[in-house]
Amino acid sequence: MNRAFKQSLALIAVFATAPAIAETRPGDVKVDDMMVAEPIAEERGDPAEGRKVFADRGLGNCLACHVNADLKGELFQGNVGPAMDGVAGRWEPAQLRAIVVNAKKVFGDQTIMPGFYTLDVGVDVAEKFKGKTILSAQQVEDVVAYLETLKSE
Amino acid sequence: MKKSTIAWIALMAVTAQPLGASALADPVSDSLEIDGQAMITEAPAPKEPAGHPFEVVKSGWLYREPETRSMEMDSFENPGMLNVERGEEIWNTVEGEAGKSCASCHNEASESMKGVGAHYPKWNANAGKPINIELQINACRENQMKAEPYKFDAQDQKDLSAYIKHQSLGMPVEVDLSAGDMMSWWEKGKERYYLRTGQLNLACATCHEANNGLYLRADHLSQGNTNGFPTYRLKQGNLVSLHNRFRGCIRDTRAEQPKAFSDELMALEVYTAWRGGGLSVETPAVRQ
Ligand code: HEC
Ligand code: HEC
Repeated sequence: MNRAFKQSLALIAVFATAPAIAETRPGDVKVDDMMVAEPIAEERGDPAEGRKVFADRGLGNCLACHVNADLKGELFQGNVGPAMDGVAGRWEPAQLRAIVVNAKKVFGDQTIMPGFYTLDVGVDVAEKFKGKTILSAQQVEDVVAYLETLKSE
Repeated sequence: MKKSTIAWIALMAVTAQPLGASALADPVSDSLEIDGQAMITEAPAPKEPAGHPFEVVKSGWLYREPETRSMEMDSFENPGMLNVERGEEIWNTVEGEAGKSCASCHNEASESMKGVGAHYPKWNANAGKPINIELQINACRENQMKAEPYKFDAQDQKDLSAYIKHQSLGMPVEVDLSAGDMMSWWEKGKERYYLRTGQLNLACATCHEANNGLYLRADHLSQGNTNGFPTYRLKQGNLVSLHNRFRGCIRDTRAEQPKAFSDELMALEVYTAWRGGGLSVETPAVRQ
């Protein structure tokens, strides 16, 4: 292999990982004492976007399991998990981020709640979801920002 | 942990109510009669082998909306009965090079098939594994009728399976785990039942054991029993086979789906039939 070629390979490696500077990769997010203290995306979370992600069946689909009075208009809210009303009063932002990133690190291995930003998942993942997280780092921040607005019981 | 875990557990109990749905979280306590014949929709859980997670096994019928429940009570209202009638025609139709129909060998299904469906899946010494009704039908077609086996989920396969199972309506499901190597299939099925799959990281048990009685969106989670299959699903407007249902549940975890009749799904069929042992065959049950 000639030198120029080696250099270009190294360059490709640098560019390919460039976005990691802006957001933390799933494997690098540390859940400490049920908290993820630092934001994992570059932009601040946008609660309006987070509200959409929360309801969207193809994204968070959080309503599958959680009742949320703030989204009264949405039919068929599940009750597998607790209601989201007043959730901001029950958990700190760093804890909410940990719950959304990987609920198993907070509630234990047996929880039904999926980890939305982890690659620690089940076996036989379908081809199109392999190596991918359910939400992007930015969407996680958006959802956390949205949960922070849910103050009233 | 901050702001007590206890608080949300308590909250969960109070607010765990889907908005806009009138139904309670628990299954109803109601009795099912189909054309006047009583069905066993709640039965003491099988004791052998040990380790059944429930005290009482419950039919999926108890988890459905009142309109869906009442459709199953009257065979004129049950749309799946049209498929059963079509199954009867297939039973009597000659096909294949041997010039035979099912009836050529088995005569009246109401006599020869009574109780048969309640005891499947069943150990098959020739195959060296358990087979279900669909595979038995295919074996008859190939070996006795010299006809092509049905492709998975061919309409005729579903209609004929439903017709055969329907001959056991009301009879309790009971699989014979002492035959051949059935226990090792039961073990394999059990392992699979607790195996978490897919990006959503869920096992059968996560939904049907730990969370049955609760709502996942509009779906009232049942124990996932198999006594009503093939079931008539209103959403599809057609019969749905058991392996189709298994594959759908696995797909919903965002995992690759095992093939119909694969060893994985046959093992699951053995294990889930045992889990729902004692419940009446309800084929064709009506589901949403
Ligand atoms: C498949 C079910 C399921 C889905 C989907 C789900 N959750 Fe959960 N969630 C639960 C359960 C169950 C709990 C309670 C902890 C437990 O029992 O394991 C929980 C707990 C929580 C809590 C703590 C609630 C409290 O009152 O203390 C938050 C916050 C939360 N979830 C947010 C979310 C968000 C945001 C999403 C979507 C991005 C989501 N959940 C999707 C099942 C789910
Ligand atoms: C994400 C949740 C989920 C998982 C995981 C899941 N299921 Fe289901 N399953 C459902 C829902 C929802 C239904 C429809 C409502 C009901 O009967 O529970 C259903 C229905 C069924 C039924 C039909 C029950 C009836 O009375 O008609 C069977 C059988 C079944 N599931 C078996 C399984 C098996 C076996 C697995 C594991 C391979 C599995 N399920 C995994 C959600 C799930």
